[in-house]
Amino acid sequence: MAKAVTAPVSPPIAIPVREILPWLIFAVLLLMMIYFVGVEEGATSIFPGMYVHEFVHDGRHLLGFPCH
Amino acid sequence: MVRDLLIRGMLAGVVASLLAFGVAKIYGEPQVDRAIAFEGRHARADASAQAPADAQISAQQHQHGDEALVSRKVQSTAGLLTAVAVYGAAMGGLFALAFAFLYGRVGDLSPRLLALLLAIATFVAIYYVPSLKYPASPPAVGEPDTIAYRTGLFFLMILISLGGLVFAVAASRRLAPRYGSLSAMLIGAGLFAAVVVIAQLVLPDINEVPADFPAIVLWKFRMASLAIQVLMWATLGLMFGWLAERVLGGRRAVVRPKLSSA
Repeated sequence: MAKAVTAPVSPPIAIPVREILPWLIFAVLLLMMIYFVGVEEGATSIFPGMYVHEFVHDGRHLLGFPCH
Repeated sequence: MVRDLLIRGMLAGVVASLLAFGVAKIYGEPQVDRAIAFEGRHARADASAQAPADAQISAQQHQHGDEALVSRKVQSTAGLLTAVAVYGAAMGGLFALAFAFLYGRVGDLSPRLLALLLAIATFVAIYYVPSLKYPASPPAVGEPDTIAYRTGLFFLMILISLGGLVFAVAASRRLAPRYGSLSAMLIGAGLFAAVVVIAQLVLPDINEVPADFPAIVLWKFRMASLAIQVLMWATLGLMFGWLAERVLGGRRAVVRPKLSSA
């Protein structure tokens, strides 16, 4: 007569935006990491010389970034 | 909560990048070496044709040989691993932040399903579609003088593709109540395709492949690049979903077991 639903199906609760916002500062850092792998000492330069470019050279080509 | 997801995203990204490194090393590096050998043959041919002084200047613009700033051995091992791992960790972190925002906001998807769908969508939007217009290119392909122009177009294509996907998903969700979820999804796919096709037609072509560059090396290099990204996003999506489920396991509205009495 009474039927218990064993796995209660209910919508997932979103994480409030105010909890996520402070972490967006990390997004800037993460984008900087991608910049150093993909662009630095190519189209633009922060550090002088070509060391970063040469060090990540093969990865930059294979990950699909324009290299030189 | 967000912190836990971010850490797991970066962790999954690093694990994904280790697998991607394996493919890059085994399948990608031989193509890079062949491209550099081609470049070397060209440089020597140019040197014998031109005045020796000019040849030296052009050789100094970009060094791949033994005299390079970083040796080929370091470039193809520690350099490659670092590049892929930093890329993987960063993408994993950004993926986790996007996931944290989307979870519970795009319908009733479990953490694992959302992570998998988000990984597929991200792969398509930031790698696959942009690469159809501006594909990955090995050394010896690409004029150093146009690097800023090419980099600008490359990121513009990624922004258009990503923006098109966000727009298409948002539109699809808005249309779902009226047209049903399948029709709404197809309309969304059509919108995304339209944005991509317009970008393909409007943005300028880049063709800097030397006329005698071996086609098979170019093809294999691009397949290696594709394999790296497929493996990276597949691993990230599956592993992050599994980890996120453990973080978010209890995060559902409490629903008491239904008691139905006829």
